[in-house]
Order: sequence, then structure tokens, then C-alpha cells
Amino acid sequence: MNDNMRKRLIRIIAGGILLVAALLVDTGQDWTNVVLFLISYILVGADIVLRAIRNIIRGRVFDENFLMALATIGAMIINEYAEGIAVMLLYQIGELFQDYAVDKSRRSIADLMDIRPDYANVKAEDGLIKVSPDDVRVGDIIVIKPGERIPLDARVIEGASMLDTSALTGESLPREVEPGDEILSGCINVNGAITAEVTKEFEESTVSKILELVENASSKKSQSEQFITRFARYYTPIVVILAVLLAVLPPLILEGATFSEWTYRALSFLVVSCPCALVISIPLTFFSGIGGASKRGILVKGSNYFEALANTEIMVFDKTGTLTKGVFEVQETNIKQNNMSREELLELAAHAESFSTHPISQSILKVYGKDIDQSIISDAKEIAGHGIEAMVGGKKIIAGNAKLMRLRGIDYITEEHIGTVVHVGIDNQYAGYILIADELKKDSAQAIKMLKAGAIRQTLMLTGDNQSVGGKIASMLGLDKVFAELLPGDKVDKLEELLTQTSDKGKLAYVGDGINDAPVLARADVGIAMGGLGSDAAIEAADVVIMTDEPSKIPEAIRISKKIIGIANQNIVFAIGVKIIILIFSALGFTGLWAAIFGDVGVTFIAVLNSFRALKTK
Amino acid sequence: MKKKFILKGLGCANCASKMETAINKLTDVKEATVNFMTQKLVIDAEEDKISSIIEEVEKIVKRIEPGTRIEQL
Repeated sequence: MNDNMRKRLIRIIAGGILLVAALLVDTGQDWTNVVLFLISYILVGADIVLRAIRNIIRGRVFDENFLMALATIGAMIINEYAEGIAVMLLYQIGELFQDYAVDKSRRSIADLMDIRPDYANVKAEDGLIKVSPDDVRVGDIIVIKPGERIPLDARVIEGASMLDTSALTGESLPREVEPGDEILSGCINVNGAITAEVTKEFEESTVSKILELVENASSKKSQSEQFITRFARYYTPIVVILAVLLAVLPPLILEGATFSEWTYRALSFLVVSCPCALVISIPLTFFSGIGGASKRGILVKGSNYFEALANTEIMVFDKTGTLTKGVFEVQETNIKQNNMSREELLELAAHAESFSTHPISQSILKVYGKDIDQSIISDAKEIAGHGIEAMVGGKKIIAGNAKLMRLRGIDYITEEHIGTVVHVGIDNQYAGYILIADELKKDSAQAIKMLKAGAIRQTLMLTGDNQSVGGKIASMLGLDKVFAELLPGDKVDKLEELLTQTSDKGKLAYVGDGINDAPVLARADVGIAMGGLGSDAAIEAADVVIMTDEPSKIPEAIRISKKIIGIANQNIVFAIGVKIIILIFSALGFTGLWAAIFGDVGVTFIAVLNSFRALKTK
Repeated sequence: MKKKFILKGLGCANCASKMETAINKLTDVKEATVNFMTQKLVIDAEEDKISSIIEEVEKIVKRIEPGTRIEQL
């Protein structure tokens, strides 16, 4: 609570005490009570009346202040002092609550966004100097001590440490870094001190990008927000016109109806005429949602994408780097010669492949993991599209695909595999094979299962890989359909075709890694980029960026979206519903100004409290 | 050229949108946005026009919600 609010609270309490005093003290003389009432009213409502007068001078008549002043002074003129003051008192209490709630939500959002680094320790000739991250240039050497936030994107040149990336990814698992590794601004250095060379200026660094994205996200309005804007434009004038009619017509038409009675009812209308509850709470809901989701490593670039995600029917995945890790690794070895170990097979193959830069060779070298003894290799040659032949330690090694085996007349075993098989022949005898494949991410299957348990009608995969690999992966993950052997251009065509299969309100989401599928990401109703941490391309192209590379964040993003849309809808129905009921009851004379005050500030307060829930995305 | 300001004491969401509309109507302003939640005002305009725009904006803000102050970021 700030100073302004505290002052208002004191005035409300003082005014309230005087009001009670005026009601209890019966001096027998009317004027003392009237004086007490007036002092009480001045304490409670003077600022409102002054503001109303000032606004009228400036030519703005119909605002809340004017309506409140009119309603309460009107009540006092018809000798309802206590009610006039009480209504003003309630209004002020409500306003105070409402400001408090808005203030609190602003603070919690600010805390959520508090990932901006305050300073950087730059290495200079005479030791370290603390400067603002804005003043650090690319190439500067910075030192990050344990417990400090990494100020700019950089590369480690000295020292090793654990980084807490939770501010960016929502993951609590710390990440190890050592010299040569890229570090991202916004992460917190946990233990060791590290020295790093700055690779991006502050404006371009990850933390600035994320903050900018989250702040600008509220400019892309959701349908509910657009609805509120339109609603507010018509609601207030209509209610004010109705109020005037209510004050004037019934006394003229109905027998026995008095102007004072119907004016009183009309005053209630004026009090309820502000659409504040909606104007504040709906944008607040979406803004909180964007903040809350970003805390979980899910960046949503506009409120409208929450709606699209919540209505997604068809989910299309890219394969490599999205559902699979995108790294080729030796999955298994199968040895067909007696008394040969896996190590021996890998050793021979690794030596034969050691001079090749082919990704397959690199994977074999990686799993072998030991130093290559160049002196035992001779006569190495690469047969393009087939494999490699070399003499290793006096043995003739032939390593390659089935075509190479046939070419050299070696009998090999044929089995169906997902991935690339490297057959190995030793001195023209078949030794076995090494299977190299891209590995599925460990939560891919679970993610698909969760999506299907939700409202997703169809899950599909688009891949440039061949039909047998694609088909196997699809059946392992439980995907409904797979389209294989697609060139990047074919992916867009396929997506266009799929877009026509969605229902009227249903949306299509495409999940890719943002590396070469930017056009597809852009074409889909919602483009989701995976593993956005540190990849500018993905952040640019997608509508939703998953900061980690876990597919299971996608069902989570949908769940969060549904929750947020739910909260927004609750607020709309609640606020409009209560206001309409109060309008009807006031017109019929069932309820008085008290209920109208609730319909204004009370409803706003409750709606703002409800929108708080969007911050908590668990 | 984009300039950012903080609107200290901005308390009413309706006023924020009224300010946004009014500031956008100023002749030299290319685009202006008022974010009620972050209390931020972003004005896109030519550099040499900024100071005269700020004066106008101060008047608009004073008129719509007295007690709100503008601070440059």
C-alpha cells in the first residue's frame, strides 16, 4: 500500500467514525447532526466532488466522479444523509480495494519480469569495473561471480560453473558450463566465478529480447479484449440514456409515481454505468497469463495466440530436432563374428572412418571416444554414396551401406531399422553392423499422449526423411499420420492442405525447431518453435516459443491457454451478468444505491482478484 | 525513433486508453501506445519533434488523469 492509499484509508476511517457518531448521537437538535454528516461527507467525498467539478469545467461531464457526486448529493438533498454518505464511503472503499489489487498485480508482474541484470563487471587494466549492461560492447571481457546474474550473452573463456537457467526456461535443473560454452543473459551463476567474452550487445541479448517480447505481447489483442473495447463504447451511453428515461418517463406515465423515487432508481443506473470491471480485468488476465507462461519457459507473443492454442484441433510436428533430438548417435551394434567384442568392432570402424567428415563417421568416432592411432591406418579411401575402405592394423576394413557390401561381395544381414546402418567387413568377412540413428526425445511419446487426451483431433508429422523411418517413429509415438520425403517447399503445400481440414473455430498448430521451417511456422494458425533458447530465428518466426526443447511443454501451453481463456470468460460473464441483474433490480426498485456500488467497484475488485489466478500457471 | 516513458500514478484503465487515443491524434506522433499494466508510454516520432510532443503529452495526461506524472526512461 503506498502513501496515497494510506491517506485515503485514514480519511475513510475518520469519515466512517463521524457517520456512526452522527447516527448514534441524538442531540435533539437537527443542525448538530447535519453538521456531523456534512463533515463526514467532506472527509469521505470531497476529492470526488472536486474532481467532478474540475472535469465539468474541462467539458467532460459524464464520468464516474460526476455520477458519484450527483448520486450522493442528490440523496442528501432528499434528506437521506446517512445513505448518501454511506454510498460515498462504500465507493471509496471499493476504489481503494481496486487500486490496491491493481497495484499488487503490477508488482507481481514486475517481480515476474525481474530478470533484467543491473550491472556487468567489466575487466579493465586496473581490475574490475561495474558498469551498466547497456555500456558493454561486443568483445569486452566480463567476470560473473557466484550468485550474480549473467548480464549479456557471452562465451566462457575461463572457469567452470553451474548456471541456474530457471528464469528463462522454468527448469530448475542447473546447466554446467565450461570454457567455450555460450552463456545467456538472465541466467544466474550458481557456484564458480567465470570469465567470458561478450558476444551480443545488451539490446540484442536474450534477456532484452524476452522482456521486449513479453511487454509488447499485450499489443496483439485477443478477441475477448476487442469485444470489451466494443462493449465499453456502447454500454456507457446506453445505460446513461436509460437512466434519463427512467427518471423522466415513469412519473409522467404511471399514476402515483414520483420523480424523487424514480430519480433515485436512475441514480443507481448511473453508478453501474462504468465498464471498469471489464476494462481492467480482461487485459490484466492476458498480461498475467503471458507473464506466468514465460516463467514456465513458454513465450506467447500475443494474447490472441492463447485463444488459438486453446482452440487447436490439428497439431503438426516437424521430426528432426522437434520430436527427436536431432543428434545422430550410435544406437546399437550387432556383431556377427565370434570372439569379437563391441569395442573391437568400434575401434576398427572408427579408425577406418577417422579421416572422413561425414556426420555418420563423426558419430562413430564419438562413441568410440578414444584417440585414433594414425600410424596403423593406410590406403584409406571414401567411395561416395557407399562408404569407406581402409587398411587398419593390417586388416582390410570395409565400412558402408548395403550397396558397398554387395559391391564387394560380402554377405550381410538385412533387417528393418530406423536410421542408418553401417555394415562392417573385415578381410572380406562380414563382421556386423553399427546402427546410427537420431534419438527420440524422452518426453515426445508422453507429449503426444497428453495432446490426444485433450482436444487435439489429429496429430501429424511432416518430415524430409524417408517413409520407413518416418512411419516407424510415427507408430512409436502414436501419431495419427505421417507425410515423409517432403522438401521444405512441400511442407508448406501440405500445411495449406491441412489448414482446409480444420473446423470453423478450430486451429492448426505447427511445431518446428525454427531452423529451416520458418515459412511453415509463419503459415500455421499458431507456429510453435522449440528450443528457442539462444536461437534468434525461432524467436522471430514463431508465435509461441518453447524455451526448452521438451515437447511436453506443448500440452502445458495448451492447458495454460485454456485456463486463461476460462478466466477471461468468467470475468466477462460475471461482470456483465451482475451489472444487468443490478440494473433490472434497480429499475424495479428492489435494490438501492448500495447494490449499485457493489455492481461498480465490488465487481471490479472480484474480477481483478480472479485475473490474478492467471499469474499462477501450475 | 522510439521513446519510452513511465506514467507514474496511472490508476485507471479507461483513462489509459483515452490517453493513447489522444496522443495518437497529435500530428507529429507516428504511433503511441499506453500499457496500463506496465504504466509505460511508448512514442514513435522524429527525434527533433520529441520535445514539443512531450509538452503536448504532458497536457493530455494532466487533463485526463490529474496526478499522473511522466518520467523519461
